[in-house]
Amino acid sequence: MTIETQADVTGETVPVVVPRTRRPGWRGLLRSGKLRAGLGIVLFFALAGLIGPLFVHDPERVSDDQLFGPSAAHLLGTTNTGQDVFKLLVVSSRGSLTVGLVTGVLATLISIVIGVVGAYVGNRWDEGLSLFSNVFLVLPGLPLVILVTDYLGSRGAAMIAVIIALTSWAGPARVLRAQTMSVRGRDYVDAARVSGEPAWRIIGFEVLPNLLPIIAAQFIFAVLGGILTEAALAFLGLGGSGSWGTMLYFAQNAQALSLGAWWWFVPPGLCIAVLGAGLALINFSLDELINPRLRVPRDKANRPATAGTP
Amino acid sequence: MTELAVSHLSKTFVTHDRGRRVPLRAVDDVSFVLRSGHTVALVGESGSGKSTIARMLARLVRPTSGEIRLDGVPVPGGYRAVRRYRGTVQMIFQDPFASLNPTHTVGYHLRRPLRLHDVAEDRPAAQEAMYGLLARVNLSPAELMAGKYPHELSGGQRQRVAIARALAPRPRVLLADEPVSMLDVSIRLEILNLIERLKREDDLAVLYVTHDLATARYFATEAMVMYRGQVVESGSSDDVILRPAHPYTQLLASAAPDPTARRATTAPRDLAAAGSGPNGGAGNRSGRPAPDGGCLFRNRCPHAMEVCRQPVPVFAVDATHTARCWLYRDADQARAHAADAPA
Amino acid sequence: MRYLRRKLVFYLIAVWAAVTLNFLIPKLMKGNPVDAILAKTQNMTPMSADARHALEVQFGVTHDPIWKQYLQYLGNLAHGRLGLSVSYYPAPVSKVIEQSLPWTVALVGTATILAVLIGVGLGMLAGWRRGTWPDALIPSTTFLAAIPYFWLALVLLYLFGGLLHWLPLNSGYDVDTTAIGFNGPFIGSALYHGILPALSIVVASIAGWMLGMRNMMVSTMAEDYVVTAEAKGLRPARVMLQYAARNAVLPSVAGFAISLGFVVSGSIATEIVFSYPGVGTTLVAAVSNADYPLMQGLFLVIALSVLGANFIVDLLYAVIDPRTRQAA
Repeated sequence: MTIETQADVTGETVPVVVPRTRRPGWRGLLRSGKLRAGLGIVLFFALAGLIGPLFVHDPERVSDDQLFGPSAAHLLGTTNTGQDVFKLLVVSSRGSLTVGLVTGVLATLISIVIGVVGAYVGNRWDEGLSLFSNVFLVLPGLPLVILVTDYLGSRGAAMIAVIIALTSWAGPARVLRAQTMSVRGRDYVDAARVSGEPAWRIIGFEVLPNLLPIIAAQFIFAVLGGILTEAALAFLGLGGSGSWGTMLYFAQNAQALSLGAWWWFVPPGLCIAVLGAGLALINFSLDELINPRLRVPRDKANRPATAGTP
Repeated sequence: MTELAVSHLSKTFVTHDRGRRVPLRAVDDVSFVLRSGHTVALVGESGSGKSTIARMLARLVRPTSGEIRLDGVPVPGGYRAVRRYRGTVQMIFQDPFASLNPTHTVGYHLRRPLRLHDVAEDRPAAQEAMYGLLARVNLSPAELMAGKYPHELSGGQRQRVAIARALAPRPRVLLADEPVSMLDVSIRLEILNLIERLKREDDLAVLYVTHDLATARYFATEAMVMYRGQVVESGSSDDVILRPAHPYTQLLASAAPDPTARRATTAPRDLAAAGSGPNGGAGNRSGRPAPDGGCLFRNRCPHAMEVCRQPVPVFAVDATHTARCWLYRDADQARAHAADAPA
Repeated sequence: MRYLRRKLVFYLIAVWAAVTLNFLIPKLMKGNPVDAILAKTQNMTPMSADARHALEVQFGVTHDPIWKQYLQYLGNLAHGRLGLSVSYYPAPVSKVIEQSLPWTVALVGTATILAVLIGVGLGMLAGWRRGTWPDALIPSTTFLAAIPYFWLALVLLYLFGGLLHWLPLNSGYDVDTTAIGFNGPFIGSALYHGILPALSIVVASIAGWMLGMRNMMVSTMAEDYVVTAEAKGLRPARVMLQYAARNAVLPSVAGFAISLGFVVSGSIATEIVFSYPGVGTTLVAAVSNADYPLMQGLFLVIALSVLGANFIVDLLYAVIDPRTRQAA
């Protein structure tokens, strides 16, 4: 147990008992098992996507070995046109990862501009932007994406990422706005103003650094959303170039399920799920950084005797 | 010789209560002057408006009416003018835990104002200046301190950093908003002494906002007592605190658990009527009368009278001692007709 | 009351946005439904100018200036005229949607309610008793939260339909043997066929609710009023429900909008897997047939339904959180 002092409502300092939990600084964070697992998974897929395709020769080659189950020759079996499922899987990772990453970056950037700047500036701007985000928030994403994608016709991965980002920035924007409004009222922001800092520096150097954990979490969330949405789009036939979702689309079209070719449709979805779980794990540990109460006490001695004791 | 003059400063906030817009008069027609080498204490409870005044002087809040003049010149808008003003008028905040950005080092906090106000020409000079500041506030070793983050410092140390930051642009006016309220009692005196020393060294004009009468007397030459936005008493700190005239100040003085302060056992001087009035002997603590122009304290005042429903002007209790209380009307008139005489 | 008024205004604006967006998007793209029809019937006799004009009138394709078209569009909407479907020509879009909407509403509505109840309940338990079995589930829920709905549907279908033959492989009801209507066999069949789709949606969405609720429970439990309640000696169950959970559930309700968005998206894809005769399948079919009027109509209906659901939840929020009823 550590005893900290805290100022209570009358301004007097009082001792407060804080149960000893791991307090991860940025470096200490890496000791968290969840974070390591999550990062490991994500890195694995990232590498697979980056350099995997270099090792895979001719993934699209059709053959006569149609709908074979997993074997030595084909690690994950073949499709109905004799393509090697494993090779396709590796190559498709690029499509999914690219869309996920681009969507994540774009959606996060947009949400920062609208959420943070809007909340800092205040007044009409804030009301207007907030209304704008809320409207976008309640409009259902996938139908809108389907509509736009279909009308646009072009199926490039970047285009799809842009469309998905344009329909998914509203949630993070709202969260960032709430956080910014909380930070904006802190004394150090006022102190920066009194020091003479210009507004743009305050937003960029005083407010934003305090929002980093939340922004990181939203970024991961956006990447995850991008991967899942792209998968859904591809599955519906609207997808771009090779991604795991596209594989599922072809599998579904070829009636893989009724034909019992589980090796075709299980692995792509599994990849999405595992990668997604990895991202979610990272987010989870970031949550614990943001809100220290979520940390599970490390040793039994410090475990609260009854439920609910802080 | 610097002078920051405040005249008829007022601030009305618009609050929303169940859909209606309710104006809250946080500061009502306040005037005073800050001069180099002198400390003025602004004493009051929460909600008295004292912090709002400090924030208006720091240009964090825009006044509804009234004027602030620095050396006789009102400060216009405009980027450069405001920047210059900020280089002259600086502020220390109440909460040492909140006034430093947790993501920046001590060095960063000090370097920024040095850069912004062109105090140092180049990086080495800035470095030197920063170490100098740390030395002035007794934070040493300076090299070690500069690299620390706020959460690695104690409350007292953080407040020293805040003071150093305020001094970086070489200001001439220092606004201290309850600088020691959130610190351990044992180090309050240290910090106050530090501010006092710096004031002498730099010939600063200091505004000391506090709720604590004892430190106000210790630290300031002049004192003003505020109640719900109005100045109810002002004068030299000895006068106001040892010989409080306004019933509210007397209330504060009697409540302060400070063994060294002399209790104000004497009845307010020149009392016209004692202990009688609509509220009886004991103060009625039901709180706030509507702001209908009458005395805002009358519901809690043991000496409340009928006339207290009228707007209260400021009366002179003494040559330099004033109180916003009807009790002193006669004394004031008497003085106006007679020569000055100590009571 | 101010809260309600504000919410109402907001939703009206959102509805307007949805409607206008729906109008604008096709206008910004090339092509119109008449061309689509022509493409379909091109192998037959070429169309005369009169016939083409007639078609244009039917589809509401005019060459008026945009703002006039917008007003016409709004007028049509007010009368419930969503145009004619290209792929089901000459059936009006509203008819097509009418047939598929109830299926989706039943499926998504039931699945969401189930997921919320179970998820929030489990989350509450997980947060209440740290270190016990619901809490241990948390890391695995991160896995669940990342599973694509439709893939889960595929797997479940394969398991229960293909391998174990416990549940039917497709459709909303037994098309061969039962007729639509409020009769026993139909309802029974519909329920039976609805189990798998609902199960997929519930399993895939439960994780989000559970995690959110658990995190909030943990925060709430550290609040002083909960500790006071415990110290007073109130029954643990009562403290958990009336004090902790009641406050902890608020952000989940407030965040319902985001979650609903995901559910709707996921349901569309899930319906495809099961060939479930809902709005999702119809939408995808419309896309592949380039049936633009139907696509637009569907988007509008989906958007309005989601807005409606959000509005109801916001009303619910006002009931649960007394602060909204007081403060402006």
